[in-house]
Amino acid sequence: MSARIGVVTFPGSLDDQDAARAVRIAGAESVSLWHGDADLKGVDAVVLPGGFSYGDYLRCGAIARFAPVMQTIIDAARGGMPVLGICNGFQVLCESHLLPGALIRNDVRKFVCRDQWLRVESANTAWTSDYDEGQEILIPLKNGEGGFVADQRTLDELEGEGRVVFRYLHDNPNGSYRDIAGITNDRGNVVGLMPHPEHAVEQLTGPSLDGLGFFSSVISQLVDA
Amino acid sequence: MARVVVDVMLKPEILDPQGQAVLGALTRLGHSDIASVRQGKRFEIVLDAAPDAATLDQIAGTLLANTVIEDYTIRVEES
Repeated sequence: MSARIGVVTFPGSLDDQDAARAVRIAGAESVSLWHGDADLKGVDAVVLPGGFSYGDYLRCGAIARFAPVMQTIIDAARGGMPVLGICNGFQVLCESHLLPGALIRNDVRKFVCRDQWLRVESANTAWTSDYDEGQEILIPLKNGEGGFVADQRTLDELEGEGRVVFRYLHDNPNGSYRDIAGITNDRGNVVGLMPHPEHAVEQLTGPSLDGLGFFSSVISQLVDA
Repeated sequence: MARVVVDVMLKPEILDPQGQAVLGALTRLGHSDIASVRQGKRFEIVLDAAPDAATLDQIAGTLLANTVIEDYTIRVEES
């Protein structure tokens, strides 16, 4: 039986269909989850997609964090279920305190949309086990509020515990502290990043196929489990 | 009725690109003596009666402000 991966749609989600498509291309079954429904429909993992949930009102991700579906996801994530937050999904994970730190407006004061090189800093998570540490990947980035910030102690802790999962290469697009593009929790089941792996899963529309590894990683973890 | 005003500001050590953009515009308007601008949010909440301090703290600290990057102040104005 193939793994079942849920993709949440919030009001204002943009990339839920692309995320579901990436799940299917990688060989799993995608399951649509609705922000207003706390039922996770028995999925094995969850993707929080990019977009502008609740119009980015108040702060990006701040209102989504209290959606009924998030209460169940927060509990499941604490229990070890793999959760991937992409872009707005990363912001939701930080607002939910499943991941430390916060995302603020880009230091360049512009929305940045481009293909971005990243270095995989940790293959020791549910979503990156198919990559090699130090591998360089190219996937799209598109955000206005992608600057990752946290206090020095938290940053040192993330580095010390190997929880920085991705770093921006060549040119930091948004002022993220220590070039951090993505992080994980202490169990490695929750990963958040600003760039978009779901847009780099097929030759026709992406700059590479480098995003596929996120989905193949979690699928092989679920099959092994 | 009670009115509660919550002001939310980015912590001083957090970069404020919006404030910087406002500062740039003010400078272009000829106000060359402004040292810095920080932009925040103000919430005005009207209730039948002012809640206790713990409830207000919960409202401000849980939703209105993200205390990882923001500070808040609460002011109760009875009317």
